[in-house]
Amino acid sequence: MPVLTYREAVRAALSEELARDENVVLMGEEVAQFNGAYKVSEGLLDKFGPKRIVDTPISEAGFIGTGIGASMLGIRPVMELMFWSFYSVAFDQILNNAANVRYMSGGLINCPIVIRGPANGGTNVGATHSHTPENVLANHPGVKVVVPSTPADAKGLLKSAIRDNDPVFFLENTILYGEKGEVSDDKDLLIPLGLADVKREGTDLTIVTYGRCVLHSLAAAEIIAEKHGASVEVVDLRSIRPLDFDTVLKSVAKTHRVLIVEEQKPFCSVGSQLGFMIQEEAFDELDAPILRVSTLDAPAIYSPPMETVQLPSIERVVAAVLKVLAS
Amino acid sequence: MMRIRRFEERSLRAYQGKKIGGFLHLYIGQEAVAVGCCSLMGADDHVITAYRDHGHAIAVGMDTKALMAELYGKVTGCSKGKGGSMHYFAPSLNYWGGHGIVGGQIPLGTGLAYGVKYQGKKGAAMAFMGDGAVNQGAVHEAMNLAALWDLPCIFVIENNRYSMGTSQLRSSAGPGLAERAAAYGINWSKCYGHDIYEVRDTMNEVLQLARNEHKPSVVEIDTYRYRGHSVADPDKTYRTRDEIDDYRKNKDPLIAFKATLLAEGVLTEDSSSVIDQEARAEADLAAEFAEASPYPTPEDIQKDVYWEADHPDQRTSQGRLFFN
Repeated sequence: MPVLTYREAVRAALSEELARDENVVLMGEEVAQFNGAYKVSEGLLDKFGPKRIVDTPISEAGFIGTGIGASMLGIRPVMELMFWSFYSVAFDQILNNAANVRYMSGGLINCPIVIRGPANGGTNVGATHSHTPENVLANHPGVKVVVPSTPADAKGLLKSAIRDNDPVFFLENTILYGEKGEVSDDKDLLIPLGLADVKREGTDLTIVTYGRCVLHSLAAAEIIAEKHGASVEVVDLRSIRPLDFDTVLKSVAKTHRVLIVEEQKPFCSVGSQLGFMIQEEAFDELDAPILRVSTLDAPAIYSPPMETVQLPSIERVVAAVLKVLAS
Repeated sequence: MMRIRRFEERSLRAYQGKKIGGFLHLYIGQEAVAVGCCSLMGADDHVITAYRDHGHAIAVGMDTKALMAELYGKVTGCSKGKGGSMHYFAPSLNYWGGHGIVGGQIPLGTGLAYGVKYQGKKGAAMAFMGDGAVNQGAVHEAMNLAALWDLPCIFVIENNRYSMGTSQLRSSAGPGLAERAAAYGINWSKCYGHDIYEVRDTMNEVLQLARNEHKPSVVEIDTYRYRGHSVADPDKTYRTRDEIDDYRKNKDPLIAFKATLLAEGVLTEDSSSVIDQEARAEADLAAEFAEASPYPTPEDIQKDVYWEADHPDQRTSQGRLFFN
């Protein structure tokens, strides 16, 4: 099986879906002539031309609203946010129009849009460029939210997202763009939304996580196994909404101890929702309180070594695992 | 226009009778704008507007029974009771709402124009807004895009002088509203919205430009609402009774159109009276239908949220979509 970077996997998904369906359009800032701010769309303008790969001015509310309007007529726009942080500039379009138009029309309309781009801290770009808004987005009924951690997951999920008839928000990670993994070149291979993936099997504790934190969790699990002789299971949600909660419950029933690892500010994070749901539906399975590793609760700090401290890290995950095991 | 007038008056009575909740933004006085514009629609033209949307809904051909039932919050409403007054939609009539956030619908209108052009169709999108909306950033972003990309979008500013209680003088800097189009290289024009012929004349020209040359336009239409911003607006703080009466008596679009048709012999007093009576009867029938219709059920609350949840046999995703 070919080995691709996460970036190449996203590009492959875009290329395959652009070739498959003439209604698919990629639009965003610098996606065409510049080949993409993070080179995700490199080569696509040459391959598909300016009608399909569209450079936009810096107008998130304008071009995202335009894409949503076009989707009501059957166009399937894939709109790139250079940083998911910029979603707030288009908040009304994304979370009033895309999320609600189907409902307010009593089901007469649907908006088959995808908004994709990187959502992460860890690159010293400061408080306004480091947002991870999957929790804010997922709070809105009508939308779907996907956060893939590997190249294979990114490709399979993006293909599904583009074919989905509901609005799908696809959150990548600039730090993951260079990560390599095996990726099938089967053009028909899709990963369904709402299906989690057990990335590592274990028996003593369940880490529920997604995105870059999956990599931290897997590394922490190795350390725990080698140095502490305990067996950690890592459940990669992949999809926040819809949510594969059955896989989480199955794991909790096996291990009875849970740690949530999320690159999220704590208040009303994705982990907050998960913690509530686990105690609501699996209270009797738990041998310990659910803990979590989240981003330290402040705007994203610039100072590089302190940003590393602020974000979830392998060390913090190891410490938290030990705490839950000892509890 | 008469059907819109009587429907709006009947809705007002229903609202005062506590049959309708929330907001009611009446179109009384502005009828010539919606009718003038929508009567020019071809098969590939589209309309989108803000929350003062009853006039456009009727003008494109929506069923007044379904419109009234929607106001009453009944399941037989055009949005199954889920939208209310501000959210009338009819995709089959190329009518895309009905939107509550001032100016938020304008990028959607630009998107409709984008879609029409992308699909190689010869059509235009008319994106309506009020005078207050012209100060919203999203409107400017949309105008820039329409000009940059040559989109067949007509930005129609229904200037009824007041954005809720704030006059244009108190809200909008610069020489005028339509004039702002010049900043984007978009042609702009103004017309008198109480004369249905003038509305049609002006709009016909810009529709041709849009359909044939993909040129966007901005049209500012001078109009007036006799009722407040919404029914809840006491409208004493920002305008005088005299001003409203002047419009009602001397500039009313229905009176003007009727006078012309009478003079031309197209109508007689009797036939005009019949039109009025039929419009009243239609509005009453709509209210009866709404009254007799059932409400949605609690089970309906979580339908029409996701296309996939509404089409379970075609669903490809898995997992939970709802969380209570």
